[in-house]
Amino acid sequence: MERPIKVLIAKVGLDGHDRGAKVIARGLKDQGMEVVYTGLRQTPEKIVRTAIQEDVDVIGISILSGSHMELIPNLLNKIKENGLSNVIVIVGGIIPKEDAQTLIKMGVDAVYPPGSSMKEIADFIRKAVSEKRR
Amino acid sequence: MELLDEALKGKEMAIAKILTLLERGKGLDYLDYLASIGGKAHIIGITGPPGAGKSTLISSLIERYYTTRKVGVLLIEPSSPISFGSFMGNRIRIQRLYPEGRVFIRSLGSRGDLGGISRDSIMMIEVLDGLGFDPIIVETVGAGQIDTDITSIADTNIIVITPASGDDIQMLKAGIMEIGDIYVINKSDLYNSDVFVISLKNVLGSATSRYSLRPEIVKVSAIKGEGVDELIISIEKHWSFIKDNHRENVERRRRKLIELYLRNLISPLIVDTAKKVGLSSIKDAINSSHNVLKDALCHGKIL
Repeated sequence: MERPIKVLIAKVGLDGHDRGAKVIARGLKDQGMEVVYTGLRQTPEKIVRTAIQEDVDVIGISILSGSHMELIPNLLNKIKENGLSNVIVIVGGIIPKEDAQTLIKMGVDAVYPPGSSMKEIADFIRKAVSEKRR
Repeated sequence: MELLDEALKGKEMAIAKILTLLERGKGLDYLDYLASIGGKAHIIGITGPPGAGKSTLISSLIERYYTTRKVGVLLIEPSSPISFGSFMGNRIRIQRLYPEGRVFIRSLGSRGDLGGISRDSIMMIEVLDGLGFDPIIVETVGAGQIDTDITSIADTNIIVITPASGDDIQMLKAGIMEIGDIYVINKSDLYNSDVFVISLKNVLGSATSRYSLRPEIVKVSAIKGEGVDELIISIEKHWSFIKDNHRENVERRRRKLIELYLRNLISPLIVDTAKKVGLSSIKDAINSSHNVLKDALCHGKIL
């Protein structure tokens, strides 16, 4: 059996609310993906290191603390510095629309606010991974 | 072979890519080369029921080992029988960021293999071994009573249980309680663990084990870091006892890899045959399924 799509789900920074991240992680498991869940209070360094060792296709960050405009660009830099060129980055949480657009311009592949459907997220991941693998 | 050079230099990205190639059924040349220079590492198996504290224990073992040795860690997680996906939560217990190349941790799904380990995990052991990781710690899927395949791949097999794991009747049962080289009574801070240790001692005292070395029992509280030094002493003692016959263990795990490879090859055919066969007579169903399998094996229909 070949390895399914592999996703890292993490919470970045000081933010104790992990229900959303857990729901997403389990939902993607149900969609047939292998989901490494590293939980709360991750630093961009740790996330990138785990992504390298696990060789994930996708990094999914959940953030509800409001500090996404600090932490996500920092993470994107670390991803670039470490040469993780093929990884897809998805952000979920309370992200205002304008910020979401800015993040996408910076290199985030998709932003999912509360209320997004699991199937929509999974379909996006499948499509993005198959495009990047080519 | 640029990837291999990078991996031999300890670049984690290259190591990770080689492991992924193997997961995709490629990279067998890397595997062969690394296996040819490997076969040296001490493989420590960690098994036990879900929630016994295996990952937390591994975290404390890494803390003790990484300062002087390069530690490889494989975390095998259960794959869903329904979606084939996996929720991999073991890494959450191992939070420290270690210097590059000192501690390499990888999670992988059981992906249809039963018995607590997986085919890919053995290939990954060979790779990490060839790259000089030693010890290599392998955590099985949370084990039931007969998930004992770890015995085929680990040199030192640690069974992690808690003082709430039942009475001596549970300990007398076949399977997982027969395969430990070391028994860790974890969470010993939580319950009255002395009574449990005494029963386990009584049971193991009259048991046979795979090496002529009586299994040891170590009381641990992984989360508090208590008993971990004693456990390390016990692990190293076991390793020095079996080291000289290590070749046999390497051969046994490579044979296990071939066995799991063949099982992977043939099991889809079995599942498919069982799904399609007519059920008006169970006797006929057994006979005709048997013929389907025979036919497939004799006429090269597998592959």
